[in-house]
Amino acid sequence: MTATAGTASLPMSAAANAERPERAPRPPAPRKGAAPWQDLLFERTTMFFALLVLFMLVGILGALAWTSVPAFQKFGFGFFVTNVWNPVTMDFGAVAPIYGTLVTSAIALVIGVPVSFGIAIFLTEMCPSALKRPLGTAVELLAAIPSIIYGMWGLFVFAPVFGDYIQPLLTRAFGDLWILGPLFRGAPNGIGVLSAGVILSIMVIPFIASVMRDVFEIVPPVLKESAYGIGATTWEVVWNVVLPYTRVGVIGGIMLGLGRALGETMAVTFVIGNAYRISASLFEPGNSIASALANEFNEAADPVHRASLIALGLVLFLLTFVVLACSRMLLAQLAKGEGRTT
Amino acid sequence: MTLIYRKRLFVNRMNLVMSLLTMGFGMSFLLWILWVLFANGFSALSPTLFTQMTPPPGSAGGLANAIYGSVIIVLVATFISTPIGILAGIYLAEYGKDGLVANLTRFINDILLSAPSIVIGLFVYTVYVMQVGHFSGWAGSFALALIAIPVVVRTTENMLHLVPASLREAAVALGAPMWKVILMVTLKAVRGGVITGVLLAVARMSGETAPLLFTALNNQFWSGDMNAPMANLPVVIFQFAMSPFEDWKSLAWAAALLITLTVLLINIAARTLFRQAAAGR
Amino acid sequence: MRKHLTQGFLAAATLAVGLSAQAIDITGAGATFPYPIYAKWAEAYKAKTGVGMNYQSIGSGGGIAQIKAKTVDFGASDMPLKPEDLQAAGLMQFPAIIGGVVPIVNVEGIAPGAMKLTGPVLADIYLGKIKSWNDKAITGLNPGLKLPADPITVVRRSDGSGTSFIWTDYLSKVSPEWKTKVGANTAVAWPEGVGGKGNEGVAAYVQRIKGSIGYVEYAYAKRNKMTYTQVQNRDGQFVAPDDDTFQAAAAYADWKGAPGFYQILTDQPGKASWPITGASFILMHAKQDKPQNAAEVLRFFDWALKNGQKMATELDYVPMPDAVIKVVADAWKAQIKDGAGKAVWN
Repeated sequence: MTATAGTASLPMSAAANAERPERAPRPPAPRKGAAPWQDLLFERTTMFFALLVLFMLVGILGALAWTSVPAFQKFGFGFFVTNVWNPVTMDFGAVAPIYGTLVTSAIALVIGVPVSFGIAIFLTEMCPSALKRPLGTAVELLAAIPSIIYGMWGLFVFAPVFGDYIQPLLTRAFGDLWILGPLFRGAPNGIGVLSAGVILSIMVIPFIASVMRDVFEIVPPVLKESAYGIGATTWEVVWNVVLPYTRVGVIGGIMLGLGRALGETMAVTFVIGNAYRISASLFEPGNSIASALANEFNEAADPVHRASLIALGLVLFLLTFVVLACSRMLLAQLAKGEGRTT
Repeated sequence: MTLIYRKRLFVNRMNLVMSLLTMGFGMSFLLWILWVLFANGFSALSPTLFTQMTPPPGSAGGLANAIYGSVIIVLVATFISTPIGILAGIYLAEYGKDGLVANLTRFINDILLSAPSIVIGLFVYTVYVMQVGHFSGWAGSFALALIAIPVVVRTTENMLHLVPASLREAAVALGAPMWKVILMVTLKAVRGGVITGVLLAVARMSGETAPLLFTALNNQFWSGDMNAPMANLPVVIFQFAMSPFEDWKSLAWAAALLITLTVLLINIAARTLFRQAAAGR
Repeated sequence: MRKHLTQGFLAAATLAVGLSAQAIDITGAGATFPYPIYAKWAEAYKAKTGVGMNYQSIGSGGGIAQIKAKTVDFGASDMPLKPEDLQAAGLMQFPAIIGGVVPIVNVEGIAPGAMKLTGPVLADIYLGKIKSWNDKAITGLNPGLKLPADPITVVRRSDGSGTSFIWTDYLSKVSPEWKTKVGANTAVAWPEGVGGKGNEGVAAYVQRIKGSIGYVEYAYAKRNKMTYTQVQNRDGQFVAPDDDTFQAAAAYADWKGAPGFYQILTDQPGKASWPITGASFILMHAKQDKPQNAAEVLRFFDWALKNGQKMATELDYVPMPDAVIKVVADAWKAQIKDGAGKAVWN
């Protein structure tokens, strides 16, 4: 479900809809006497529940902020910039998990977005129509697999293969390069930031791919046919016509995938190596916020430890918040560019 | 054939091949994971899964209490989240539309949609479990409902947008009050799509582990009491898979297979229903 | 006289029926290390008496928090509370089961039980001071083995756990540098290495990574047929981990003399003792608001300690020795009292 589905409009209201193409026109106000107080009650009830959603967010942020106060009292702003995590001396600093979360999500997107793009192109342009539905369902199946399975499969099946075959290949190919080199040096044992990133990318592919496929499918055929009519190749149609038309939905899909990648717990915690470290190499172990929470929360009895973990959760939530706000602003800019809003 | 033409053809062919390869990439991972899942879990599938409780290591057993607990927790969460989600979606589509409150709520809904489930679990732990003093099935349902509500709100709103204006106008012209128009005409017209949204939310809830870790926990025996820790499949998988005991590990794979099949069936049902509803209109 | 006796008998019978008809279920929470054996005991006990014992393995920290909040009937912790902490919280503790932690390695050509290591060497490896397998410290202990020049990858736990507590406590005892730099706890700031999730995660990492070393509960090492090493104990003997060496270590503990049974079984004396042994403890309130529940808990553990020994050995734990069971029962009698000051156990 994306936000770009246009309303199916009848010819007679086409003119009206041209001004506000995405919203249902306001129905005329009911005659007085047609149960006005019931309507008011209904409207207020629905408004109440909508506001409830709003307050849910406020509640979550508030509760997390309140319970993480002891950590900020003790560490202050330094919590975000120090790299230490010592449950014995009760000294905590969040840099390593934050870094790990950002890096694994970035890897997930770098791999996931092109692959999803390719899958979406295949499903819309190249796939024989008999296979479209089953293959589309198959892609969505990837999203149906519980994330703990990804973790178990990642640790017991994927990590050995990754470490024995793919990592040495990467070291041989890139290890000696000037800039990229340090990223790919290190012990090829199949676990670490890169492994976690690859598994994350497989998890976000179904989300991004199905959103992309949905928006690619509702491109008006007229636009594509016009491009084919003047001799464009399939790729040129996709790159120059379909993609610009659907970029709002595409960005929405990417943000959906990014949000998923940032918060993913189970798949990451099994293979990331859980070391509170920032290293140059992607082969080294690291840590992510979600996996730190899953690992330590139940055993953390000390209030400062608990508060630090909850502070980490708050940081993760705020990260998701910032990512989405940025994407909203980006979408608003694009809409402005198209002249749909001012 | 000019050089430019050849170049364009080449680029086209190359990109289409890449697209095919990415599809193969995705499919091969899917098949790989499913293969591992089936290979490990199939052997443990048997009727006893549904009749016996989760056993301690070394004894035979099943997953009955975990299945029952999961079903109850997800059902309760659905009952909580569906009315809230649908009513909020109605507000956004019919009343709020472009107002400040509605836009803000839409934005916040998107954030909650992408909120990390472990943070939701933490939230429910701090405001509910810690205050009440013990883990419970209610806390688990509460956490899952928080995850499901944004999904239902989003899909309901999108569905309501698809209703043509003429339908609403016709109902109002006949003298129906707004609430009847919305509930009995507009919503009814898209009920297939809305149910799809609810089913997708249920599918999402079924596979979540992290929120249940801190809220409903788990129970070795039959647990019908919602006010106490309840057995559930995801936490059972989590605990059993990381043990050295073979019988526990095979039960974990069987549970994983069960969850995957259930989520898959729900997704297929949701998609079929949606297509029927869209076609019928 | 007969009338009074009959009346008394009827009353007692009714009371007994009434009490057993209630079949109180008891709840406990805490350490993950003994979870399998507590679950096993609970199942057998329920089959025998109909009383259900529901144990939630949320971690030692969680168990301590829950028993302090009186939301469970007993808590379980791999780390014993110090006597002063017990007194402050009004708790009493007793040991219920013993287990061992063993180092495992993945080095080419080394068979299980072939490599010999000492405590200080283990500490230096985990501190990052010994970096490769052919370091003099290791080859000196293993003159007969051919050790490669590969770097050592240290594997440890990512999550907090009693296994880590036993391991770090041992390292703290044998290495002053470890004690000051890192210390002993269920979760520490590890100077080196990758963190695996749970014992299974550590075992999986060690199996994947060539040249790695890790530590797991004995059950994992035995069932996954991992390459464990011998470790030198306090008396200078190199011992291999198995039930006998764990029991030998447990036998040296001075359970009677330790207030609150505060005994950490690492680095015990004795020629046959395994140096990395630990017990898991049960915590209960000394002053009981619910004496009936407390009585049920004590009945459960009394049955389990006496009759559950075979089940424990089958799952690769070490049951408490008989002599200790008696000391524990005495402690129950002496320390757990109901509101009126009467002993709950007798």
